[in-house]
Amino acid sequence: MPAQTQTETWPDARGRFGEFGGRYVPETLMHPVEELEKAYEAARADEKFQAELRRLLKDFAGRPTPLFHARRLTERLGGAQIYLKREDLLHTGAHKINNCLGQGLLAQRMGKTRLIAETGAGQHGVATATVAALMGLECRVYMGEEDMARQAPNVFRMRLLGTEVVGVSSGSKTLKDAINEAMRDWVTNVENTHYLLGSVLGPHPYPAMVRDFHRVIGQETREQILKQTGRLPDVLFACVGGGSNSIGLFYDFIPDREVKMVGVEAGGRSLKLGEHAARFAGGRPGVLHGTYTYVLQTEDGLISNTHSVSAGLDYAAVGPEHAALYRQGRVEYTHVSDAEALDAARELACIEGIIPALESAHAVAEVIKRAPKMKRDEIVVINLSGRGDKDLGIFQSQGIL
Amino acid sequence: MATVSASRIDARFGELRGRRAKGLVIYLTAGDPSLDATGELLAAIDRAGADVIELGVPFSDPLADGPVIQRASERALRAGATLRKILEQLPKWSESIHAPIILFSYYNPVLQYGLERFARKAARAGAAGALIVDVTAEEAGEYVAAMRAENLDTIFLASPTSPNDRLMRAAALSSGFLYLISRTGTTGERSEISVTLKPLVERARKFTSLPLAVGFGISNPQQVKEVTAVADAAVVGSAIVHAIEEQYPSGGAAAIESFVRWLREGL
Repeated sequence: MPAQTQTETWPDARGRFGEFGGRYVPETLMHPVEELEKAYEAARADEKFQAELRRLLKDFAGRPTPLFHARRLTERLGGAQIYLKREDLLHTGAHKINNCLGQGLLAQRMGKTRLIAETGAGQHGVATATVAALMGLECRVYMGEEDMARQAPNVFRMRLLGTEVVGVSSGSKTLKDAINEAMRDWVTNVENTHYLLGSVLGPHPYPAMVRDFHRVIGQETREQILKQTGRLPDVLFACVGGGSNSIGLFYDFIPDREVKMVGVEAGGRSLKLGEHAARFAGGRPGVLHGTYTYVLQTEDGLISNTHSVSAGLDYAAVGPEHAALYRQGRVEYTHVSDAEALDAARELACIEGIIPALESAHAVAEVIKRAPKMKRDEIVVINLSGRGDKDLGIFQSQGIL
Repeated sequence: MATVSASRIDARFGELRGRRAKGLVIYLTAGDPSLDATGELLAAIDRAGADVIELGVPFSDPLADGPVIQRASERALRAGATLRKILEQLPKWSESIHAPIILFSYYNPVLQYGLERFARKAARAGAAGALIVDVTAEEAGEYVAAMRAENLDTIFLASPTSPNDRLMRAAALSSGFLYLISRTGTTGERSEISVTLKPLVERARKFTSLPLAVGFGISNPQQVKEVTAVADAAVVGSAIVHAIEEQYPSGGAAAIESFVRWLREGL
């Protein structure tokens, strides 16, 4: 048995990943959050719950997702062998469904009849709306008005699924403001409502619970890469908004010191505050939405506005476990610009026949930079966390179509 | 150098108890609509007989607040009100005011300012204590220690959703008074006082001898009366902020002074 690593004991009883994480919410939400933690611990240990989740992941969502050797992209770049973890092939078009099925089952188990969620790109909103329909739960999704405009196809999908989509016009009209509004709904309707938070953010137990529901990405990848190549990959790449798809891929590889990991944040238009969402490039520790983590903010502790061409990465804070992995040096965090992500999306579409979500395109862009400098026998895996159909309007407005 | 003694809030509630009277706590957002207006409004609210004043520090993401205080926060931030500027102005404001002033904030501005520096400056500026809406008992250790070192009161919240163990911990960390949330939800005016209030007050009495102030949704003298029939004080926030929004531009601070006097009719 290898020695247990520190990360396996994260979070501690107070929901801390090292110094990050915790619970900073209004008192009215503290008891519901404690109840959620208890319910989750019980469900996690319940074989019936796990079996039902496995069944839904397989028969409803379409797991396992393939690990695809992108040979043409590999040849074009002339360096490392590139593999794509195809989370974009899941039902609803992104990894988000993994977590929504888990939390949906949990909400049912807790006797909740209503789901609420926030969404940025709309992928989490669509996955929540889907699970609500599947399980017969009432559902309301909060979405910033700017995001509703730029990700309109997802708004229509949610409505078709019977979910009420509520536009949020406060603040920057993006993900941060949608979370504020979802929290306000939750604090008002705690009795019958489960807040189905969509990333590894928020008060404990959300960061750990959402991570656990996405671990399946890394577990499958490990098995698949061993089967296809006979060894572990050299580097894993994933985009980091809140950080759910990246932690899902990374988590089970953390003890493998030889596997490097790179998280790619949104570099936006520039690294001036307000023009990007690269928390590790321009943020510092603070408290937002219930957790202590890296946050883009002003000197006075006001939360900064952010920008990314990708709505799913356009957020001022990052999951607390990422903050801890950054502090530890276990994961390297970098950022790519809007323009680089758009170019990467077009490149992947033309050369492999896969249109990635603009979020995932950030990870592809970083690999396009690095792979040519790597050896031919090195292996990299990109988490292709979502598909790009929702972004066609942006490709159009950016002059790419 | 501060010495350990009964705080100004203790003294105020002691005095109220002495004459079997109930208290009125008034909230306003600092910097709404400007920092100069805040000085004027504080004086008016004090003249009208507020027993304690909660001075809100505006935050970019006030997730515990309803639309009225959200709008006030936005106005205040546009007017440039930050914790630093509020603490710079506070000595000037507080010197002529009788009611103890409590700073009411979200955690991040205070954390970035520095907990010890916040406590030190707040004490020197004449504040009597603070309430940080998103710091609960679990995460409060360093903050409470910093405040105690400056003899400042720390007020915590208890909600109808708080079980007895949480109620006990909130009471144990509170000084001055314990703030009871009348109902679940964000701040904002409501037409009726929640039925969950009375059981909460009764539970709280079992765990603490601190004065109990009740807030969230109280907007008229009738509600002040209902609340103070069971608790020691009523907190009015959104209704005052709403009055500032609508009446201050034309009626000035005098309009707010009359509004507070009207609320006091419920005591």
